[in-house]
Amino acid sequence: MSNGKPVRTLVLYTVLTVTALIVLLPFAWVLFGAFKSQAEIMAAPGAWLPQSFGNFSNFVELFERRQFGTYMTNSVIVSALAVASNVLFSSLAGYALAKIPFQGSRWVFGCILAAMMIPYIALFVPSFFIIVQAGLVNTIAGIVLPIAVMPIAVFIMRQFAQSVPDELLEAARLDGAGELRIFFGIFLPLVGPAIATVAIITFLNSWNYFLWPLMVAQDQGTYTLPVGLAVASQGARSIDYGLLLAGAIVVLLPVLILFLFLQRYFVRGVAMTGLK
Amino acid sequence: MVQTRYTRWQTVTAWLFVAPFLAVFVVFTAVPAVIALAYSFTDIGIADIRHPFDVAFTGFATFARVLTNAGFLKSLGTTGIFIVIGVPLTMAIGLALALALNSGIKHLRATYRAAFYLPVITNIVAAAVIWQYAFTLSGPVNTLLAGAGIVGPNWLGDPNMAITTVILLTTWRNVGTCMVLFLAGLQTIPPDVYEAAAIDGASSRRSFWSITLPLLRPATALVTVLMTVSYMNIFDEPFLLTKGGPLGSTRSVALWVFEQFGQGNIASAMAGSYVMLAIVVVLGLLQLRMLRTTQ
Repeated sequence: MSNGKPVRTLVLYTVLTVTALIVLLPFAWVLFGAFKSQAEIMAAPGAWLPQSFGNFSNFVELFERRQFGTYMTNSVIVSALAVASNVLFSSLAGYALAKIPFQGSRWVFGCILAAMMIPYIALFVPSFFIIVQAGLVNTIAGIVLPIAVMPIAVFIMRQFAQSVPDELLEAARLDGAGELRIFFGIFLPLVGPAIATVAIITFLNSWNYFLWPLMVAQDQGTYTLPVGLAVASQGARSIDYGLLLAGAIVVLLPVLILFLFLQRYFVRGVAMTGLK
Repeated sequence: MVQTRYTRWQTVTAWLFVAPFLAVFVVFTAVPAVIALAYSFTDIGIADIRHPFDVAFTGFATFARVLTNAGFLKSLGTTGIFIVIGVPLTMAIGLALALALNSGIKHLRATYRAAFYLPVITNIVAAAVIWQYAFTLSGPVNTLLAGAGIVGPNWLGDPNMAITTVILLTTWRNVGTCMVLFLAGLQTIPPDVYEAAAIDGASSRRSFWSITLPLLRPATALVTVLMTVSYMNIFDEPFLLTKGGPLGSTRSVALWVFEQFGQGNIASAMAGSYVMLAIVVVLGLLQLRMLRTTQ
């Protein structure tokens, strides 16, 4: 079809390429800016490229004087806990909802849909109130608990679980295997792609998680990377953009690397649920 | 007999399996929704937060105060601007990109899709830092414009431009989601419908309006609600980029609630939260209704 209309094809590719370049422009700015000194940043008109990509002084400053090492450790802990907890509990719930016929399963599914529909921003004040009453302010537990079993993870697991053939599970049940044994021995090995999808979506959400950790974390010892970067960007009197852009690179890099290699899992999750 | 006993044990197991999800749901969605409503009828302040049951019941006074508060009403209006401009803009670009990627191009399809999707997974704090730097007076954007002979505006300092810049950032981050959902919708349209239309002599413009758009309705309904809810709750972008300023020009409802909370006006923050929740629930019910009518 496109062979018959060379002009149309050319226009299409031009539009797509120009749009892609505009969309990617901010990534070029952050990559170039992170290696610039304060003087290079302030120069007007500034050069596109930094004088040297070997100038790591911004990154050194972040980790040696700005505690980004601590923030990164916290971010890794939060994400690791969130991923482990979501993979385990969402596959348990997804399995039960799709493969164990029980009264009330429709009701539980309704809770999942309700939770997916309500963004946490609409409820952050009363949720924080609960964390205060529980004495979990300024703790990693207080940061992780609200996202320990995300509705979107349960939803994805349930969708995948429905495609597992009932015969396999029924055969095991007739042999007298308990649900726990069927779950770990038969079900989990069959839903590898679902686990990968849930792990990636959970990682993405917890790594990028911002407003809630900003409220719960009260000092630098509990800051995650996004919180540390946000505080650094708003606290300074004269803004050192080179330093902040280097911080942005530190926050972005793990997700970008994962996206490069596992793109299909990211997109699959969105297309399945219609949610980020 | 044996079957019944087995089924009862299965039911117990099933509830145990869903218990962790339910626990998190109850503690961080259901109970907060009740708390937001309950405390909206009190005068709770920051000093009462340690004694949550020792607050005075004040009826509709807090709701009345919030719903007549000039700052709250202005933030509702600002959020309305975000929705009215942001939602159609984001959806139009997302649909255009999906159509372009679905129009039979043979090369680089996955690369383009990845490029358009990349902003969706970009951390918002990092994105805001990049935009703050890029949109300063003598930053890269205005340098680019100067190269084309245009004097760039004060993107973040001028009230009208600030809301534009926030919408640009939000659009940049949301277009990829719209594109992926529209692409999924487009792929459900069988190609022979277009072939039949082409044989009947329909132009490609005619096919778009008479075939693509009507058949894309379920996807369009989903994306509309999703984007409306997302812009309704907009917080991160204006908070990080402009802190709601200048002159409150980018202060959304969520930002207003956050500020009330920060100032210790807990009751007002709860009532504001509840108004947001009510709007989101209404939108959600609309979504369910639309899905039902399209089925």
